[in-house]
Amino acid sequence: MVRYLLRRLLLMIPTLLGVAALVFIMIRIVPGDIVELKYAGQGAYAPREAIERERAQLGLDKPLWHQFSTWIWGMARLDFGQSMWTGRPIAHEIGIRLELSLQLALMATLIAVLIAVPLGTIAAVKQDTWIDYCARVFSIAGLAVPSFWLGILMILGFVLYFRWLPPLTFTSFWVDPVANLSQMIWPAIAVGYRYSAVATRMTRSALLESLGEDYVRTARAKGVWEPRVIARHALKNAILPVITVIGLEFAFLVGGLVVTEQVFNLNGIGKLFVEAISQRDYTMVQSLVLLTSAVFIVVNFAVDLVNACLDPRVRYQ
Amino acid sequence: MAIRLFFKRANAVRAGALPVAVIVWAGLTAGPSAFAAEKPRAGSNLVFAVGGTPPSFDGHRETTFAMLHPVAPHYSTLLRFDPQSYPKIVGDVAESWTVSKDGLVYTFKIRRNVKFHDGSQLTARDVKATYDKIIFPPAGVASARQASYAVVQEIETPDIYTVMFRLKQASASFLANLASPWNFIYKADILVRDPRWYEKNIMGSGPFVFVEHVPGSHWVGKKNPDYFMKGRPYLDGYRAIFIRDTAPRVAAIRSGQALIEFRGFSPAARDDIMKTLGNKGVVQESPWICNLTVTINNEKKPFDDPRVRRALTLAIDRRLASKALSKISLAKYVGGLFRPGSEFAASDAELKKLAGFGDNIEGARKEARRLLKEAGVPEGFSFSLKNRNVKEPYEVTGVFVIDQWRQIGLNVNHIQQEGGPYFDDFRQGNYDAGIDFACDFMDEPDLQLIKFLSSDKSTLNYARYKDPVLDDLYEKQSRETHPKKRLALLRQFEKRVLDERAYQFHILWWQRLVPHWAKVKGWKITPSHYLNQDLRDVWLAE
Repeated sequence: MVRYLLRRLLLMIPTLLGVAALVFIMIRIVPGDIVELKYAGQGAYAPREAIERERAQLGLDKPLWHQFSTWIWGMARLDFGQSMWTGRPIAHEIGIRLELSLQLALMATLIAVLIAVPLGTIAAVKQDTWIDYCARVFSIAGLAVPSFWLGILMILGFVLYFRWLPPLTFTSFWVDPVANLSQMIWPAIAVGYRYSAVATRMTRSALLESLGEDYVRTARAKGVWEPRVIARHALKNAILPVITVIGLEFAFLVGGLVVTEQVFNLNGIGKLFVEAISQRDYTMVQSLVLLTSAVFIVVNFAVDLVNACLDPRVRYQ
Repeated sequence: MAIRLFFKRANAVRAGALPVAVIVWAGLTAGPSAFAAEKPRAGSNLVFAVGGTPPSFDGHRETTFAMLHPVAPHYSTLLRFDPQSYPKIVGDVAESWTVSKDGLVYTFKIRRNVKFHDGSQLTARDVKATYDKIIFPPAGVASARQASYAVVQEIETPDIYTVMFRLKQASASFLANLASPWNFIYKADILVRDPRWYEKNIMGSGPFVFVEHVPGSHWVGKKNPDYFMKGRPYLDGYRAIFIRDTAPRVAAIRSGQALIEFRGFSPAARDDIMKTLGNKGVVQESPWICNLTVTINNEKKPFDDPRVRRALTLAIDRRLASKALSKISLAKYVGGLFRPGSEFAASDAELKKLAGFGDNIEGARKEARRLLKEAGVPEGFSFSLKNRNVKEPYEVTGVFVIDQWRQIGLNVNHIQQEGGPYFDDFRQGNYDAGIDFACDFMDEPDLQLIKFLSSDKSTLNYARYKDPVLDDLYEKQSRETHPKKRLALLRQFEKRVLDERAYQFHILWWQRLVPHWAKVKGWKITPSHYLNQDLRDVWLAE
């Protein structure tokens, strides 16, 4: 097991290197140049010499292999470098936004788990009753309604009927918990609802499968108390795929809430991603892709570990 | 008096007619407003929205309003446009100025009571260092407006309160260029130490002192108690909130979380805001020094034939475009190379003589069909129009233009692109025709005609033609200081570009619409979203 874990950890390096090479090439294949966008994008005139000088200043006149090796060498030393658009350190720019994105992902996950596990369980236990139907409608609606659309509805409702909106600027939870939660709770609900729909369906179907297994039948035949059968025998086994889904969704949420962040004007990683791509901020895009890839890899790894702990049948060689 | 008060807007789209109290200040023609009579109230903080984020903080290198709106309140400039009577030029740190008879020497006297936020005195040395950085940037320093000051030979400081600009030749636009809102006065000592210091730091002499910037989130400034204008600014401070998307920006103003967004909104967004605000809101409106042009790739067949290009402009009914598009987009005013209403604009009679600007659209289209036939372009000829994937005014204008061309038997494919590929294709000449745009901080031929110079002289000329006649006319008008003679040259230039050669041609000029909370006082709209952003006259009524 330890060897397996070590191998998994070491494999992260070539995986991240591959991602780095891929994103480096892809962002440069996309037409459009950061300097051109900076000047001509505003419709203003900039002489060719100024544009060339800026390119040289950003190192874009250097060969690609030089740009790539410089960047990778920096990353190896945990030096993310500077944003080509703003000139500010990338670590600082990402750091400001990471707190918000992580908090939103955590809150949405918490909301999703609190809804999905009980609801999915009840729906499975009460299969084909009105409770099950309600749960299924709830989850199908959650899958059908995009979280950004729900967010827009929320905002319109707040503005039109209550003349109220969550604060526009992010306040850290550690500075002012009330202000922080009053801003974060609504996008967390919007995202958490969609997320819970996925998890509810997964919980229900996995639990239904478990409830039909021999060991459940045996437990019931032995006269084990029904809630105990469901919680200890069926749910414990059924929860494994749910944990996998929750883990991957969480990793996605860290960098993937692009539209929701725009709707609620949240200064998170997703918003930064969109801006960086549209601005052709090469170094920023590269760092963000690498960061989100790292989050995915780490979360995936953590999910495997949790699965191994929960299910003794899972053995890693 | 050009204040038009309180018109009721019947919203046909939405259920029921909703009376909306709106005050429209016609930007150019407005005299002293009713609000000007109100006594300004000191105190309060202004929260406003900004539809972008500042790349760096250096006005000399940036070109976006997203930098100017939050950062301009920290700085003074040498001169400025008087927002109450644009395009009148007034002094900012310049107390007075003189121009030599031959137009080659401009001498400015600097105010003696201007202090930087660190308490040090602002002197002629700081002004010289600032303009040296803009005009003669050292290696590794970007200056976006260097080309606008190519006429400057050197800058001198005969004493600590006098700055002299010596020019290589007379320049009609030089004084107006010095009123550029981008030319923040920086401190010489700092520039000596690090000419790029101002890209990441703030230290000016403007009405507000820097407090905080959280990238992507907000910007905060507080009142400068030592500002050289006694009693200003009125505000205790301001907070600029960066909201890139239109929907949340509109929501922020509707809910009162932000009181104004200075760049402006579309007619639909304006109506949404005013529907919510009712008589708590006002709208200021002005023609805008921004326009959309159709750019033709002059190197591609059959567009290398002037008859074909002329047919394309003849087919467009700009009067109809104005009526139709102004209801749904920013595009509104019919004009030639200069903003309608500006001192350089052609009169309506002059404009109507140019291809595509006349009244008789049927006659123009008949002529267009004849020209196409003569040039050997078959009926149903297909080509593409490249455009930005921005709904308005780009997309709606593109759709309109395609429909106009369809009416002379052309079959046009609308290709909409994200900013990067769009500029890349224009730069590489990978297009047939395209919708291009320009925005300037003032009505000034030297700025607005650059796009029409030969492509080896102008990076903005995507039409890819070379015309020494135009280049020569440009030089002549730039040196001509007699207003009437300059105008005559401008008319020649305009006729050659839009009519005789039809290299590329304007569709419509934009309208600037700024709906805001009525309690925001003292801010007057100008034809540019770059001007009047130092907030020193702004105050909030209770």
